[in-house]
Amino acid sequence: MTATDAIVIGGGIHGCCTALHLALRGLRTIVLEKNTVGRHASGVNAGGVRQLMRHQAEVPLSIAAMDAWERLDDLLGPDLARNCEFIGSVGQIGIAESEAEMEWCHARVTQMRSLGHEFEEVIDARELRRLVPAAADICRGGIISRRDGHANPFRTTQSFRLRAEQLGVRFMERTRVTGLEQGDRCWTVVTESGVFRADILINCGGAWAWQVAEMIGEHLPRTHFASTLMVTSRMPHFIDPVVIGIDRVLSFKQTEAGTVVIGGGVLGDPDLNSETADTVADRMVVSAQTVCEFFPILRRATIVRSWAGLEALMPDVIPVIGPSQVARNLWHAFGFSGHGFQLGPIVGSVIADLVATGESAIPIAAFNPGRFSSNDMLGTTRIPDRKVSQEAGHE
Amino acid sequence: MTDAPRTHCELAIVGGGPAGLAAAALAAELGVETILFDEQPTPGGQIYRNIEANSRKHDALSNILGADYAKGLALVERFRRSGAAYEPLSAVWQISAAGKLGVSQKGRAYLTRAGRVILATGAMERPVPIPGWTLPGVMGAGAAQTLMKASGLVPEEPTVIAGSGPLAYLVALQVMKAGAPLSAVIDTSQKGLFETGFAALPVLSGFGRDLLKGLSWMAALRKARIPVFSGRNLAVEGISRVEAVSFETRGKRQRLPASLLLLHEGVVPNNQITASLRCRHVWDTAQMAWRPWTDEWGATSTELVAVAGDGAGISGARAAAHRGRLAALDAACRIGRISRAERDERALPERRHLQREARFRAFLDSTYRPTEAVRRLADEAIACRCEEVTAGELRAFVAEGFTDINQLKSFSRCGMGQCQGRMCGGTVARVLAQSLETDIETVGYYRLRLPVKPLPVAQLAELGNAERDLRPSPMGVDGDPSQRV
Repeated sequence: MTATDAIVIGGGIHGCCTALHLALRGLRTIVLEKNTVGRHASGVNAGGVRQLMRHQAEVPLSIAAMDAWERLDDLLGPDLARNCEFIGSVGQIGIAESEAEMEWCHARVTQMRSLGHEFEEVIDARELRRLVPAAADICRGGIISRRDGHANPFRTTQSFRLRAEQLGVRFMERTRVTGLEQGDRCWTVVTESGVFRADILINCGGAWAWQVAEMIGEHLPRTHFASTLMVTSRMPHFIDPVVIGIDRVLSFKQTEAGTVVIGGGVLGDPDLNSETADTVADRMVVSAQTVCEFFPILRRATIVRSWAGLEALMPDVIPVIGPSQVARNLWHAFGFSGHGFQLGPIVGSVIADLVATGESAIPIAAFNPGRFSSNDMLGTTRIPDRKVSQEAGHE
Repeated sequence: MTDAPRTHCELAIVGGGPAGLAAAALAAELGVETILFDEQPTPGGQIYRNIEANSRKHDALSNILGADYAKGLALVERFRRSGAAYEPLSAVWQISAAGKLGVSQKGRAYLTRAGRVILATGAMERPVPIPGWTLPGVMGAGAAQTLMKASGLVPEEPTVIAGSGPLAYLVALQVMKAGAPLSAVIDTSQKGLFETGFAALPVLSGFGRDLLKGLSWMAALRKARIPVFSGRNLAVEGISRVEAVSFETRGKRQRLPASLLLLHEGVVPNNQITASLRCRHVWDTAQMAWRPWTDEWGATSTELVAVAGDGAGISGARAAAHRGRLAALDAACRIGRISRAERDERALPERRHLQREARFRAFLDSTYRPTEAVRRLADEAIACRCEEVTAGELRAFVAEGFTDINQLKSFSRCGMGQCQGRMCGGTVARVLAQSLETDIETVGYYRLRLPVKPLPVAQLAELGNAERDLRPSPMGVDGDPSQRV
C-alpha cells in the first residue's frame, strides 16, 4: 500500500503535464501508466502545434497553450525545453484549392475577428507561394496562423515527464489500474503491482479513459480511433510551415531530420484490447494522392514507415475536461480527438487550478463531462461519418 | 504481368529462392492457383541467383561458382514447368493478417488478396558492427558473391575476407579463382573446422562430402599461399574509406592493409514481414537470431501465413526446398486439393531429408558461432548505420531509464532509416539487453508496420485494387473544417 496526495492515471502528455502542475502546487503525485510514458497518441502524433482552424470552444485554451509553448523554458528549464524540439512561428497554413474553400477562409477569419481573435488571416496565392514555393499551381491561397509550428511529440512528452520527476513525481510504468474505490476519505487504486491510496484522482487515460470512468459507474463515450501517419525517407529541405487541407485530406510537415510526416486523418484499425493499431494501405491512398497533387515534389519521396496512434474521439470532437459527474475528487482530462498535442502544456495547469480552487481562469464549460446525456453520445465505437476531415494525427 | 493486376489468388508465395521455388512448383502441380512474387528479375533467390543465364554460359564463372550452385537449375526448371504464375521484379511491401498483399512492380503498386501466404523470404547476412564497419569498402561477403553471380563483378582491389562459417571460405576461394587480389582470410570462429569436424565425425556420418568440400576450400587457399589468420576484436581503419583491418591474433595486434573488406558471420532469418504481422517469434539461442515460431508445416501463429526455408530459421539451401514442399503440401490440404492423409504421406520423404540436414546444421551452428557480430559494441561504434546512431548514444538513453527498444527508436531515430531497421534491430536489442543485464527475448524487437519495403508516394497515390469505399478519415462535425479531429 502506497499513500500519496494525488494519482494521475495515464502517462500521456496530459497526464505528465497534470502531474507536473500538481507537483508545482506541492502535491505528492504518482502517475500510473499501463504501458510506457508516451506509448500511444502522445508519443506518436505528428507533432503539430496549431491554433489554426480550431474549434471555437478550444480557442482560449489553445491561445493559453501557445503562450506556454513559447515559454517552455520557464516550465521545463532550458535543457528539457530544447529537448522538445519546438519550432514556433513557422506558421500553419490551411491550403485552399477551390473557390468554396477560399470563401470559407474569409468567413472563418471574419467570424474570428468578430470574437476578438486576430491570429488567423487569409493569404492569397502569391503569399502562399512566397511561404511555400513547392505548392502546386492549383493552390489558390488559404488561411494561416503565423505563430504556429511543430515539436517532437515523443521528446516533448518525455520532457514533461522528466520535469515532473525533478519535482518529485513518481512514474510507475507497466502498472495497469484494475480497480478503483472511493472511501470516506480517499481513493483506493488497485493495480497489477500494488495498491495505492490518494485523496485526488485524475483520469488522463486517453483512449482507455472511459474504462477508468466505468470502474466507478460513470459512463463516458467509448469512441476512439487510430489516425495514420506515414513518413518518408530524408529529402532536401523544401518547406518550413506545416500545411493542412481545408476540404481535402492533407496534412504534412518536414522534420528537422528532413523526413516528411504525412497525416491527414486516415484511419488505422485500432484494437483497444491488444493496445495497438494497424495501418491500412487502401485508406492511405487518398492522402498520398492529395500530397502529390498539392506538392509534386513529394511524388519522388519514398514512404519508409507508417503507424497509427490510439486516441479517444468524442462525438463532438472536443475534449472532456472537468470534474466527474458521479464522484468527488476525481477529474477527467481526455478525449482530445486527435488534436490534443498543442494543448499539452496547458491542460495540466487547468486541472491543477480545478483541484486547488474548483475554478479555471480559462473557459472550459464546453468540455464538461456531463454533456453526453443521450445514449447516442455514449457507448458506440462508431466514427461520425460526415464530411472528410484532414487532420487526425496531424497533432 | 498483364496490365490489370490480379485481384486475388489461392496461394501467394513471396521469394524465389529454393524454398519459394519448391513450394510454388509443388503447389501448382497439386492444382493450387499459385503466384510467386520475387524481387529479382529471374528465379533462384540469392543462393541460385541468375542460375538460368549462368548455367547456359559454361564459362569461367560457372566453374568458379561450382556444382552446388548448378544444382539450383533443376528447382527452377521444375518451377517453370509447374504452371505457377510468376511475378518477377516485385517487391512485397505489405502483408496483412487477412492475406492482403501490397506489391510494387515496375513502378506501380497494387493490392492482391491471397487465400494463403507462404513466406520464403530467406536470410540476410548478419550485420557485423565492428568499429569502422560503415566505411566505404566494407561489405558482406555474401553481397560480394551476389555481385559475382548477378553481373560477374569481381573485386579488383586488395581484398581481405574476415568471418566465420563456410561461406567466408567459399567466397574467398571464389574471388581468388576469379582473379581478385585476395591478400588474407581472417577466421573469426572460435574453433577450427579440423578439430570440431573430426570430433564430430560420429554425428556427421553421411556428410563426408560436405566436410571434404570445406577442407578442400581451405587447402586451395593454402596452396595459393593466401595467409589464413585466426583473429578476433577486429577494427576497420580508414578516414573516408577502408585502408586497413586490424585484429588480435596469438595475443598480438596485427594490421593488414585492405581496400576491400568482406565480412561474414553467418546469416539470419529475414523476418520483417512476420514481425510486421506480429507473428509469435522465438529467440534461437543456437543461431543467435529471431525466428518466427512455426509448426512442423511452417505455419506461423498468424492464421493464413506460413514460412518456409531460412526465413523460419537457418537450415541451408538443400533443406529450404524440402521445407518449401512441406508448406506447399499443407497449403494444398488447407485449400482442399489433397486430403490430410495424402499430405502426411507425401511429407514423409521430405521429412527424412530434413532430419538428415538437421544434424549437419547443428554441427555448423556450434562450430561457427558468430563472435565479432555479437561482441560488446564500443561506445563509438555505430549500431544503426542509416541514422548513424552509436552504441554510446543508446546506452545514454538506457541510463536515463528508457528500457523499451521502441523508446530507444523514438529518441535516437535508430531503425527509422531507409533499411527500416533490418540492419540494426538485432544490434540495438543486444545493446539494450546487455545494458539491462537481461536477455534478448525480454527486450523484443521494433514495432513494424507497412510498408516493409520502401514505397514511393506516387505509387501509393496510384495504388491498384484499393478498396475505395472505405471511409478515408474521421469526420468533422456538421461539415465545418474547424470542427475536426
